[in-house]
Amino acid sequence: MTKQDITLDVNGRRYAISVEPRKTLADALRDECGLTGTHLGCEHGVCGACTIIVGGETVRSCLMFAVQATGRTIRTIEGLADGNDLHPLQRAFMQNHALQCGYCTPGFLMLAAGVLEQNPDIDDKELIDVLSSNLCRCTGYENILAAVRAAAAEMRAPT
Amino acid sequence: MKPASFIHHRPSTIDEAVQLIARHAPEDGRILAGGQSLVPIMAFRMAKPPHLIDINEIAELDLLEIAGDALRIGARIRHSAFGRDRIPGPTGALLATIMRNIAHHPIRTRGTFCGSLAHADPASEWCAVAAVMDAILVARSIEGEREIPVRDYFEAVMTTALRPDEILVEVRLPLLPTGTRFGFCEFSRRAGDFALAMVLVTMRIEQGRIVDPRFGIGGAEAFPRRLPQVEAILNGAAPDGLTWARAAALAAESLDPLEDAVTSGDYRRDLVRSLSIRAFTQVEA
Repeated sequence: MTKQDITLDVNGRRYAISVEPRKTLADALRDECGLTGTHLGCEHGVCGACTIIVGGETVRSCLMFAVQATGRTIRTIEGLADGNDLHPLQRAFMQNHALQCGYCTPGFLMLAAGVLEQNPDIDDKELIDVLSSNLCRCTGYENILAAVRAAAAEMRAPT
Repeated sequence: MKPASFIHHRPSTIDEAVQLIARHAPEDGRILAGGQSLVPIMAFRMAKPPHLIDINEIAELDLLEIAGDALRIGARIRHSAFGRDRIPGPTGALLATIMRNIAHHPIRTRGTFCGSLAHADPASEWCAVAAVMDAILVARSIEGEREIPVRDYFEAVMTTALRPDEILVEVRLPLLPTGTRFGFCEFSRRAGDFALAMVLVTMRIEQGRIVDPRFGIGGAEAFPRRLPQVEAILNGAAPDGLTWARAAALAAESLDPLEDAVTSGDYRRDLVRSLSIRAFTQVEA
């Protein structure tokens, strides 16, 4: 099948790539852009490991095709830290032991980052609903919740 | 878990899209809206459409407005749009509440209201809403536009009156009258999973009596529907525990339940009775 030349805008950098239309955004990020921080678990929209931010909204990158993401601003885990300065969520995940094997972590971080940007004052009930989106099979949900709460408090605090 | 090859079409107008679907429907061309059901189905290779007509670039489909006594919902309106207090009154409150029961946050940012109706999964919350609120579905093809009342729309599991060469461009929901109360309750084994049953009820309570009741079930049968016999029990009755118990028992009894290896028909009946009571209790609150 014919490939299409497209450009993806990922973490402020432009990637000129050539993909078949059937290539998911997740696969294009990993295989064509070399951004392997976005993980794939189930590849059918259930596990949330591939969660990224497209046009300001958190999405499952396995349920979008790369050709649909042209002209959109894409953010992945590789762009979450500011150089060597970790994002408050990343620090909070370390401090609260919110990861064990780490496979689900990029998805959880992008999910939480996208949601906190839209709703910095999110209440616990909503936050639990949001975090139920993604699967962690080391079963670290309590610690993930604690980490996101801590990061949200830090992000709300006046600097 | 990789979809089969397809040609991606990206029309920018509805006219262009209906031309494309007319040309490609005979070879199983499909409409791609939010993709939150179609793409997983393609990943499993249960569907291998050789053409996808992607309607995400069609700005005309961004419609979400009140016109007369109905809410018009265009085919590019995502589930999450209903959580932003854009729609006033009981209709807005009902849609916002139900939206929070649909899948998960990152699914709601992509999946669309009209896409859920076109897909017609028995467990779709929006399909239950459409059935209970007597939605009108607006289908477009190269032959023009037709309006399908919801009672003529659902035919079987994931099977509707929509023709393969039609695009569901809009759904119109008649607005609920001021003072309408509602209750909604669903059960799924995991948060965000497909519901095994759901109940939606709306009514007004005037001088201690139930007025204009609507009662519908979803997820439990091949497609959602109103249960007029349950509405007849509710109509004019006192909104109390006795009425709720009678109505819930009749709802369970009236069911023609879906059955599968892990969910028996009796279990679904039991769920419908319990969920009905919970939905009624929300109305009372």
